[in-house]
Amino acid sequence: MHGSHTATHSGAHGNVRSYSIGFVLSVILTALPFGLVMTGSLPKDQLAPVCMAFAAVQIVVHLVYFLHMNSRSVRSWNGAAMAFTGIILTILIVGTLWVMYHMNMNMMPGMMPPQ
Amino acid sequence: MTVHNNVLLYDRHSAADHEPHHDAAGNVTLGFWIYLMTDCLIFAALFITLVVQRGAVAGGPAGRDLFDLSYVAGETALLLVSSFTYGMAMISAERGRRGAVLGWLLLTLGLGLGFMGMEIHEFAELIAKGAGPDRSSFLSAFFTLVGTHGLHVTVGMIWMVTLVGHLLRRGLTEANITRLTCLSMFWHFLDVVWIGVFTVVYLLGVA
Repeated sequence: MHGSHTATHSGAHGNVRSYSIGFVLSVILTALPFGLVMTGSLPKDQLAPVCMAFAAVQIVVHLVYFLHMNSRSVRSWNGAAMAFTGIILTILIVGTLWVMYHMNMNMMPGMMPPQ
Repeated sequence: MTVHNNVLLYDRHSAADHEPHHDAAGNVTLGFWIYLMTDCLIFAALFITLVVQRGAVAGGPAGRDLFDLSYVAGETALLLVSSFTYGMAMISAERGRRGAVLGWLLLTLGLGLGFMGMEIHEFAELIAKGAGPDRSSFLSAFFTLVGTHGLHVTVGMIWMVTLVGHLLRRGLTEANITRLTCLSMFWHFLDVVWIGVFTVVYLLGVA
């Protein structure tokens, strides 16, 4: 889900500035979803997708500014390992949700095959 | 400076470096990265278990009855600041300043201890309230996921203490820089996992 972003800083590893940028962005991206949930200022059905979106962006921020992923490392073996992990992760998550949803539906009373 | 090259986390260096020990350091960090990816799969399995079991409260308390978001925000702040202080340790290592590396590492360790203290306190309160891992399928999944993360943080802190010992004995040698780099990947990775925890477990659990 996060294998294809490009680097926004040129250095292959961090300096004080890049760590500070990453830190400030992370604080903002953490404070906003906490604020939204704690103040209840969003309709309930929108909270989940909004929080997940904040989390996804913050994960990319951490990968770029703290773990120094960039366009070069994405094309290396690190990137290949990450892409493979992404595939397995997707199968695991989507597959589980799919199977469990259908299992719950099929276990409903009245859905059992007649004896 | 050889130290400089080994601080690079993910780049095998370009044509300039062909000395075998540089490749060895690159192999170590790549191998450690692959370990982290497998760890990622463990966490994915625990996350999805929690999502599937969230409603299985067995008549007991659900997330919104139990979680205190301002407390979780405190834990999050400690871990996030510790990621930053570890980054400062890496920069100091790059500049060859051992005293500063030790200072930043000890500060990171203190923040990690604060985080674990808060988590253990939270667990103890939940168990005292009768909301332990044996209460419901949801709480089993909760304690397993958050506890596994906490266990990782604890291992990271033991590693940090060990590394302080290494640095005191040998200084910023190439081997120690490689160790420092691997722990940096581990520590930042745990912070990334925590983003998932506070979002999926706590925020979505209360929302």
